[in-house]
Amino acid sequence: MIEFKLPSLGSDMDEGTLVAWHVAPGQAVKKGDVIAVVDTTKAAIDVECWHDGVVDRLVTQIGEKIPVGTVMALLRAPGEAAAASPEAPQGAAPARQRATPAARQRAVELGIDLARVVGTGEAGAITRDDVEHAAARAPADLTTKPVPAPTPKGPPVTAPTMADRATEMRKSIAAAMSRSKREIPHYYLSETVPMRHALDWLRGANAERPVTARLLPAVLLLKAVALTVRDFPEMNGLYVDGVFRPASAAHIGVAISLRQGGLVAPALHDVGSKPLDELMRELADLVKRCRAGSLRSSEMSDPTMTVTNLGDEGVESVFGVIYPPQVALVGFGRVADRPWVDDSAVVTMPVLCATLAADHRVSDGHRGAMFLARLRDRLQAPDELQGERRE
Amino acid sequence: MNESDIRAGVIAAIQAIAPEVDARALDPARRLRDQVDLDSMDWLNVIVGLREHFGIEIPEADYAQLATLDAITGYLRGRQRERWVDPRQTEA
Repeated sequence: MIEFKLPSLGSDMDEGTLVAWHVAPGQAVKKGDVIAVVDTTKAAIDVECWHDGVVDRLVTQIGEKIPVGTVMALLRAPGEAAAASPEAPQGAAPARQRATPAARQRAVELGIDLARVVGTGEAGAITRDDVEHAAARAPADLTTKPVPAPTPKGPPVTAPTMADRATEMRKSIAAAMSRSKREIPHYYLSETVPMRHALDWLRGANAERPVTARLLPAVLLLKAVALTVRDFPEMNGLYVDGVFRPASAAHIGVAISLRQGGLVAPALHDVGSKPLDELMRELADLVKRCRAGSLRSSEMSDPTMTVTNLGDEGVESVFGVIYPPQVALVGFGRVADRPWVDDSAVVTMPVLCATLAADHRVSDGHRGAMFLARLRDRLQAPDELQGERRE
Repeated sequence: MNESDIRAGVIAAIQAIAPEVDARALDPARRLRDQVDLDSMDWLNVIVGLREHFGIEIPEADYAQLATLDAITGYLRGRQRERWVDPRQTEA
């Protein structure tokens, strides 16, 4: 019997509330299938299964708040026999419509049962507007079914208000950032990167692309970081219990600010091996789902390093706080025209400031400096950032 | 399409990305991105929204002309003289 536990959702989120099961006892599941939706302060997370198997029993009840590591369900390994006396299905609600946190909260306020609302948002998700429209219909059609009695495992859970959610998110961020500064001896380096070649290349590439396929400078930056980190593994991995484990690929956490306030940095997986167009599609999709409050557990738990790009906010440079248990954070400021000496002549050059915040337990300034210098060099040859890297 | 229709379409495209925007509070002559929190991804999504609404492909080279609400409206009016391609319509 496999115990399926709530996976880590990032170092600043240690618990979540189960809002839906997407599987029922007896159902076969494969690695990667979404088996449940867990609500956290930052997003509704699709929890992915890490084992092949057959669902034996669903342990956690809908509405229950559980810490990371809680056994949520029991799975039979492939080939394992079922229990002698079949149990009645427990706690398996029909797969619920996905809804944004704002929609869920409004539904509770208005007493609307989400199962009866049609969703018009991303992937059929229910938006706050959908709930408002539904409320305008006859209330008798849509009122909430009675909530099941709370289990002995936890106190009754009421849905958080938007203000609660914002406060909780702030607390999570505060805890993670405080822990980072307590535990990680940060060192900081910066490098001014000339961007003429990169921007010229982008201009050319985008002139050939319809607006829906245009590349943002951010994907060039992300790809450059992912490729550079292959030669500097001490910047990419996790430091846990006194041991650094370098990662085999660059799953880069992309810092995304949420419109309602707060910050989340979900992973773009395996950035180094993807062509720029694919990275752009994935980034756009990630940002969209992030802002709709819907992310996957692997996106929350997998980042091996983080990149933060505050150039849009107009700051020159950002010296970030490393997100434990990662060991590095690369920051990019805005592109600005500056006087530049090129071959003994003074020219105008678009430049940006790239910074590295790194864990001094794992790397030293010398290696950090070499990393930034190599990153700078990669951004002078944008052609080589395009496709997959040739080994 | 007259100017106020165009302006309404532009505001709708912006509000689809930034729902907190109060259209009445926007200064049409002031730089849009000084008034509305739009990062580069948001801006790209606004351009995509404008394409869907108005059927016009806006080249990246023209972005610099689109700094204010007035400027965007004027630009779209100017492009209106071209043949409209409504992506929702199929060819006969």
